[in-house]
Amino acid sequence: MGKYRTTIGLEVHVQLKTHSKMFCGCGTDFGAPPNTHVCPVCLGYPGALPVMNRDAIRLTVISGLMLGCRINSYSKFDRKNYFYPDMPKNYQITQYDLPLCLGGSVEIEVGGRVRTIGITRIHLEEDVAKNLHYATWSGIDFNRAGVPLMEIVSEPDLESPEEASAYLLALRQILTYAGVSDCNLEEGNMRCDANCSLRPADRVELGTKVEIKNINTVKGVQGALEYEEIRQAEALDGGRTIVQETRRWDADLGITSSMRTKEDAHDYRYFPEPDLMPVALPAEQVAAWKAALPELPQARRERFVAQYGLPEYDARVLAAERAVADYFEAALRLIPGSPKAVSNWVMTDVLRVLSERTIDIGRFPIPADALAELIGLAEKRVINSNTARDVFALMLDEGGRAGDIVKTRGLAQVSDTAAIEKVVEQAIAENAKSAEDFRQGKAAALKFLVGQVMRLSKGKANPQMATEMLVARLGKG
Amino acid sequence: MTQAYQDTQQAGATIDVRYVANLARLNLTDAEVATFQAQLSQIVAYVNEIRALDVEGVEPTAHAAPVRNVFRDDVVVPGLEREQAIANAPEHSADLFKVPTIVE
Ligand SMILES: [Zn+2]
Repeated sequence: MGKYRTTIGLEVHVQLKTHSKMFCGCGTDFGAPPNTHVCPVCLGYPGALPVMNRDAIRLTVISGLMLGCRINSYSKFDRKNYFYPDMPKNYQITQYDLPLCLGGSVEIEVGGRVRTIGITRIHLEEDVAKNLHYATWSGIDFNRAGVPLMEIVSEPDLESPEEASAYLLALRQILTYAGVSDCNLEEGNMRCDANCSLRPADRVELGTKVEIKNINTVKGVQGALEYEEIRQAEALDGGRTIVQETRRWDADLGITSSMRTKEDAHDYRYFPEPDLMPVALPAEQVAAWKAALPELPQARRERFVAQYGLPEYDARVLAAERAVADYFEAALRLIPGSPKAVSNWVMTDVLRVLSERTIDIGRFPIPADALAELIGLAEKRVINSNTARDVFALMLDEGGRAGDIVKTRGLAQVSDTAAIEKVVEQAIAENAKSAEDFRQGKAAALKFLVGQVMRLSKGKANPQMATEMLVARLGKG
Repeated sequence: MTQAYQDTQQAGATIDVRYVANLARLNLTDAEVATFQAQLSQIVAYVNEIRALDVEGVEPTAHAAPVRNVFRDDVVVPGLEREQAIANAPEHSADLFKVPTIVE
């Protein structure tokens, strides 16, 4: 490493997957026409009273449990006071000193080095409205105002932009596994504030930290931090001091710039929200949620290797996304003897289609049991692997079951010796030149002849048997 | 912990009325500052009387009522029509609340 050590802490805001907002019954669906999911509560009308969404509390606690947090037995909400057009009450309801979750950690791996990144706390708050900017005015859309937002604050344990990016990806994977959020970056489900400071490698105490606000892509976080590392190192090299400030990331220019916030902007005068009663979840309730937690991504990877004997690589690819891992296991349950075959089909064919069509597995047209049926037919050699790929394509475009398609289209592989022999004879007769070439030692000619057998049999001949018969007939092998 | 709050934690500390008023976006005259200075000092002094009490073994609380866990189910209920919602705004476009240009 160079002259300086980098210290990074992240505050990640995650939109929870609820139907209604945090404190009112307005819907949370993304992309609705502006100001159509609004009511007196989320518009901040005087006298309108908030009521907590039970599910937002549950999802936050589940997130905490997935990340190994302690769940506070007594938690409360507070008002954070400030003036901004996206916050009509002039305060945001959040949690100050008694958040729902404390402690916890996320494991990351960068360049073969595994590290545990501490989590300080997780609290729950309401999102603010969306600002739209025009030439001479700004417009406010309150659809997002009041949507439940969980803030996960990390310890300043991250030592590089790559680690920050790995942390975000690991966090996103765990939260998606937990089913608490879609973590869809395009829809603003996950946004991040990054704190970053540099200090000379031989110094213990941390340098002055700079906060970069509201970065909404993983790439953006890494880019902004890489830029800050260079900017701060140059300043320190030049003997300048780092100003404690808030900066914004410009993804197009690839730079951060100062936001020139007012000095007193951080005096939020927090005080307890008088309109909301405290949350004191019964221990039995938390224990029940804990007992029902889904497996963590890492545990699932390890289980795929141990239980199914899959290579590490397969396990990592399959377990990366919970829905894909679920799909894989649902298919495998029906043909438990063929884990590697199912893994190959899911990793290559299914994931390829998902990426080509940019859809997620929830919208993949072939259900897991239908894929299992197809793989079963290929494994039992009812159809050969080329036919299996054709049937897969048919199922993809037209639906249907593999067994029916094979039957109605007469695609079953012919393994009957006499029948194949006939076709082999015909192929040799029609391609005397190639037959001669093969006899003369041209190995490529055999491939051509097998192809002819497959063509004449309309793809149904067992290619293994056809090859063996050709070799036997032409006297070479 | 905020500055204003910390100040009130110290017996006899005075509140910086101008600072607090600025945070609340209030424009006060000198006379008003003097009035509020006296009133707020009285309030702080009154609150400070609690310090004299023996609160050993009393749990600090943000709420006096012994009520916990007041929740609603996660169910969508209709809110306001957009026309209704933006009708009260001093200015609005077809679908947005209009405000002076926001400079970030
Ligand atoms: Zn609402």
